[in-house]
Amino acid sequence: MGVSEQDMMSTAAGLASTGKIPFASTFAIFAAGRAWEQVRQCVAYSLANVKIVATHAGVTVGDDGGSHQAVEDIGLMRILPNMTVIVPADGVETRRVIETIADIKAPVYVRTGRIATPVIYDDRYKFRIGHASILKEGRDVTIVATGLMVHIALGAADLLKKDGISATVINMSTIKPLDEDTLLDSAMITGAVVTAEEHLISGGLGSAVCEVLADKYPCPVKRIGIQDRFGISGPPERLLSYFGLTSQAIAEAAKKAIKARKDCSTTELPRVRTMRA
Amino acid sequence: MESISDVQKLIQIARRVRIQIVKMLHQAGSGHTGGSLSAADILVALFLYKMRHKPNNPDWVHRDRFVLSKGHACPAYYAVLAECGYFVPEELYTLRQLGACLQGHPDCLLTAGVDVSTGSLGQGLSLANGMAMGTRLDGRGARVYVVLGDGEVQEGQVWEAAMTAPHYRLDNLCAIIDHNHLQIDGRVEDVMNIEPLGAKWQAFGWEVQSIDGHDMKQIMEALDQAERTKGKPTMIIAETVKGKGVSIFENQVKYHGVAPNDEELAVALRELAAA
Ligand SMILES: Cc1ncc(C[n+]2csc(CCOP(=O)(O)OP(=O)(O)O)c2C)c(N)n1
Ligand SMILES: [Mg+2]
Repeated sequence: MGVSEQDMMSTAAGLASTGKIPFASTFAIFAAGRAWEQVRQCVAYSLANVKIVATHAGVTVGDDGGSHQAVEDIGLMRILPNMTVIVPADGVETRRVIETIADIKAPVYVRTGRIATPVIYDDRYKFRIGHASILKEGRDVTIVATGLMVHIALGAADLLKKDGISATVINMSTIKPLDEDTLLDSAMITGAVVTAEEHLISGGLGSAVCEVLADKYPCPVKRIGIQDRFGISGPPERLLSYFGLTSQAIAEAAKKAIKARKDCSTTELPRVRTMRA
Repeated sequence: MESISDVQKLIQIARRVRIQIVKMLHQAGSGHTGGSLSAADILVALFLYKMRHKPNNPDWVHRDRFVLSKGHACPAYYAVLAECGYFVPEELYTLRQLGACLQGHPDCLLTAGVDVSTGSLGQGLSLANGMAMGTRLDGRGARVYVVLGDGEVQEGQVWEAAMTAPHYRLDNLCAIIDHNHLQIDGRVEDVMNIEPLGAKWQAFGWEVQSIDGHDMKQIMEALDQAERTKGKPTMIIAETVKGKGVSIFENQVKYHGVAPNDEELAVALRELAAA
């Protein structure tokens, strides 16, 4: 299509209206940002069967700098009615996601990154839209992560274990529709939640988790993500530390969430249970 | 700053700028080699010959304005700004590093001599239109220059802006397309044909000039001619070679977004020294 993201999105919607399954791909900032209103009008509003596969998301785009680092795309896409939003955690899951979304008839936004990340899943892994996967089960704190933050969250769980804290790690690869049951089941056990994402702390996974918990099971939540600012140039790994997207930061946040739970434990935590589907 | 009108001198400066481009990209380890080298002569002619500006006073209200709409070519921009004295040349070797003023794409909040942040293609002509309207309202006679890529003109917003400038008779605006026939993933004519390029701009109401974008004298004359053109904006279509000046980079799609490694740097420096 050339350098024409807005044109691409509406063209994809046109193709979809003839029964095709177009996959439209570009950098996350241009897919979710530049072409946002085309996605809203032609794809989401019209329920067009378009699969948007965004690449180069987050600060790990690295040297290209803030203009190219999408730190707001999950929020931009999650807010759209009819849109499914998926952020795979590794190469295996990305493959499964692509196979899966080709088979459903709905608009989907998939967020992928630029750098190579560790493989978490083996070939037996089965992905289902709207189903989170529990990678580690613990009693003291729930860490909900997405994308490349999942392996960093697993690192945090190891750090916490050394301090005698057992953490549940949930890979929330579908941001929308959010797997409320898995989140609530774990939050009811631990009563303390940390979210971790390579995205602004507003609008993305952290916000989605807070929305559910505020409604159904209020408990302390600490959000790990990028504060209210844009990215900058630098090597990807160093940018992760610069923005506090590390196992250490998640572990610290987990301890704070646990402490916050203890501080308010004089008042009974509500025990609301949703019906499992 | 004082305008340099000695063509030979400008050619030598352009050679120095190319040397800085390959060195800073090599140091950074990433960045856009091809499109920086193809735009080097144009930027040298603009900043050292044509534009009225004061490197020791970047916010001088009477200054001419510049927009690098193809923001990824900022190594050329930075090298030219250093050549003018906006900052010391050593600064160039911090390109793309964590905490550097010289970001991977132009950042107006961090870099002296950069008026507007770019990097997302297709928006620079609109910025330039706004600047041309604003400076005209101020009545200070400032001119506005904008450099676009040829792949970049595939963006729809470029053509919205293409209508705006003649509509408002922005004759203080001069746009230049770095027509190097390549984009990120192939030949422009294969990816999404933009021809007939000159006829399109003409039809939109622009004064169009076609030049050799590596012939310093032609660039200077075209910029002078643009300044004399009244009642409409000028579009200079500059025929260029992506990677110009280094044989192994010339016309190679691969070097769109790849920085020179050690061996490539050695070849580049050898060739540019002999040029
Ligand atoms: C809106 C937008 N889409 C995509 C990109 C990614 N991108 C960077 S450079 C480039 C190719 C541009 O080609 P051209 O304008 O011909 O530049 P040049 O050949 O002068 O380097 C692309 C697609 C971008 N920077 N902005
Ligand atoms: Mg080009």
